[in-house]
Amino acid sequence: MYRSKAHGRWLFIGIAAAALAIATPAAADWALDFPASATELGNKVRGLHHLALIICVVIGIIVFGVLGYSLVKFRKSQGAQAAKFSHSTKAEIVWTVIPVLILVGLAIPTARVLIEMEDTQAADLRIKVTGYQWKWRYEYLDHGISFFSNIDDASNAASILGAGLELHEHYLRDVDKPMVVPVGKKVKLQLTSNDVIHAWWVPEFYVKRDAVPGTINETWFKAEKTGTYRGQCAELCGRGHGFMPIVVEVMEQDEYDAWVAGLTAPAEPEALEEPEAAVSQIAPAAAGGASSR
Amino acid sequence: MSDTTHEEHHDGPHASGMWRWLTTTNHKDIGTLYLVFSLIMFLVGGTMALIIRTELFQPGLQLVDPHFFNQMTTMHALVMIFGALMPAFVGLANWQIPLMVGAPDMALPRMNNWSFWILPPAFLLLLGTLFMPGGAPAGGWTLYPPLILQTGDAFPFVVFSLHMLGASSILGAINIIVTITNMRAPGMGFMKMPLFVWTWLITAYLLIGAMPVLAGAITMLLTDRYFDTSFFLAAGGGDPVMFQHIFWFFGHPEVYILILPAFGIISQVIPTFSRKPLFGYVSMVIATSAIAFLSYVVWAHHMFTVGMPAAGMLFFMITTMFIAVPTGVKIFNWLATMWRGSISFETPMLFAVAFVILFTIGGFSGLMLALVPADIEYHDTYFVVAHFHYVLVPGAIFGVIAGVYYWLPKWTGHMYNETLGKWHFWLSTIFVNILFFPQHFLGLASMPRRIPDYSVQFTEFNMISTVGAFGFGLSQLLFVWMLVKCVKGGEKASTEVWDDPQGLEWTVPSPAPYHTFETAPKV
Repeated sequence: MYRSKAHGRWLFIGIAAAALAIATPAAADWALDFPASATELGNKVRGLHHLALIICVVIGIIVFGVLGYSLVKFRKSQGAQAAKFSHSTKAEIVWTVIPVLILVGLAIPTARVLIEMEDTQAADLRIKVTGYQWKWRYEYLDHGISFFSNIDDASNAASILGAGLELHEHYLRDVDKPMVVPVGKKVKLQLTSNDVIHAWWVPEFYVKRDAVPGTINETWFKAEKTGTYRGQCAELCGRGHGFMPIVVEVMEQDEYDAWVAGLTAPAEPEALEEPEAAVSQIAPAAAGGASSR
Repeated sequence: MSDTTHEEHHDGPHASGMWRWLTTTNHKDIGTLYLVFSLIMFLVGGTMALIIRTELFQPGLQLVDPHFFNQMTTMHALVMIFGALMPAFVGLANWQIPLMVGAPDMALPRMNNWSFWILPPAFLLLLGTLFMPGGAPAGGWTLYPPLILQTGDAFPFVVFSLHMLGASSILGAINIIVTITNMRAPGMGFMKMPLFVWTWLITAYLLIGAMPVLAGAITMLLTDRYFDTSFFLAAGGGDPVMFQHIFWFFGHPEVYILILPAFGIISQVIPTFSRKPLFGYVSMVIATSAIAFLSYVVWAHHMFTVGMPAAGMLFFMITTMFIAVPTGVKIFNWLATMWRGSISFETPMLFAVAFVILFTIGGFSGLMLALVPADIEYHDTYFVVAHFHYVLVPGAIFGVIAGVYYWLPKWTGHMYNETLGKWHFWLSTIFVNILFFPQHFLGLASMPRRIPDYSVQFTEFNMISTVGAFGFGLSQLLFVWMLVKCVKGGEKASTEVWDDPQGLEWTVPSPAPYHTFETAPKV
């Protein structure tokens, strides 16, 4: 009885898998792993992820193998007689010590990457990132450039129930003004928030850091390739949390210089704003969020 | 439910109808109340999960407004944790601990009644917030300020209901500790107690340590909002991150509060159906204690992206990784219990075996999440959602279900319908994996959690996950049907119920009389 049911089950799973494979549109994105990294540090993080995954899979094969063997071999219906043993000091020491050794082996390379990740010194460019409900503000502290980055105009209605916008390739991941950085330069981000906690995240940079009101958090990235990189806010920040994209344009140095020149040459009112203004705004706004509702 | 206990024994309930249930001080009645309440909350929280999954079936907003979506994610978690899982374990403790240690009842029966009856009004308040101006809390169950302070009129009601839930848990925990410490049958030393009793004793201490911390945190939120304090407000010199430290100092022990009793249940079920004593009893007790101790020194692994010194992150990474050691010991002990056993696959055993496999998968992703640099990429994505649902659904909830199938014949005096049980098991196990396994991929592909709408590359796995959610949710209706059938009738259960199970609960008749062990048994 068990056996026929088991066959039926595998048949069902097989048919379901086949149906799924056929039904898949050619363009579907079945990504199973971390995205390719755009930074050298990101490659190391990705490597750690793979190392941990492989260790887990190997342990899983052993553990589930032993379990599966027991379930097949020691069945009462097959006439298995129960043994009487209930402990074995030797076995218990072995399966305590081996995991400890594996963990130590895993912790050492991880600690190395962590220490590198936290080293924000010697940056080529500093950008202050301020989270707002629900947009980002980027201030280039070395150039006096400052602007807000909102979800693009075409997607403004996305957070309205039943808006029915076109689901294009970058749906919810386009902004009006992206962050622009030069390629191959260490960019230090200084993050804070004007209201609630947000988190700035670009998956391909392997950078995610909370933007906390009243605090400056630091992190950095060094993009190795030019291109457009997309992410979004990663900390629940209210109704518009899902509609707070991040886009970073990584350019060659000369293109970047031209971009900076284009923004700094005519004295835009926004560019003249004191960088500290946002910090001093944090206080009343945070209090307002708390009590004026 | 009133015919769960038959009146043929010398004295049954002292009252009938609603009055009986309101005034009862009997551990079996109160256990039943907890379990029924938990089942109702499980269905309520599950309905909220289905609303979430329906909205996420495809990109675009089709069903709910983002603000309501956030209310659903917040309430789903609060209802499932405080309404479904914790009361389920307390219900099992009420029914089983006196039966397993040979006590006539819980040590503090009136307090026991009170600790249950705090729950329904607390949940009326909590669920009532859905209908208040501004809606239910929508800042996530973690209640992080400043966002949670933007809650509308519901805010003080949420805080008050959480205070009530905390009080109920603390009362229940005190009762369990006093019962286990003082009311064991003569001859039952601590190291002879069944594992379920051991894990609950440790859980009760975790509850007493953790719940007051939550109470403190939410009280500070309340005064920040209404009494002009600035514990967590940067404007007044406070620190929003401090809330997260306090919250997770409660929150991580809470995670083990939700899983340790399930470990205990699995440690009862596997030996019975392997017809072999539990392997490594002493190491099981030590491992459980070690997990409980470690649970107090790992809290900041929930917040690796808030900005902490690297040395702090390393500390929390290493303590977290070491939880894998005692957890591994438990898994290996269960395997060694089955090794050279004589295994049969009744429904409780099926759920226990699935628990061992699927909880281990949740443990693997937990180990990966401990690695700080990788965690920074996993953090707040569906990878985390997949991880904690693996340990909580086919982990904790399967543990509860295994316990219910295991002890149900003792409670009702009837065998449950084994065919229905097996259907329930296979459908639940297949669908729970369809539901949660693809969420690992969504997280790795960088889908953040707690978003009502998503970018198109996440569509396929979200669709599969939603199909799994409906399959899993509907399968639980089979469970409800099985329960109703079993309470109403069915094949008579024997005193032992199973094939030579160990433990005092199998020495009293089925159904267990209203009063048991009025004279202490000898162990």
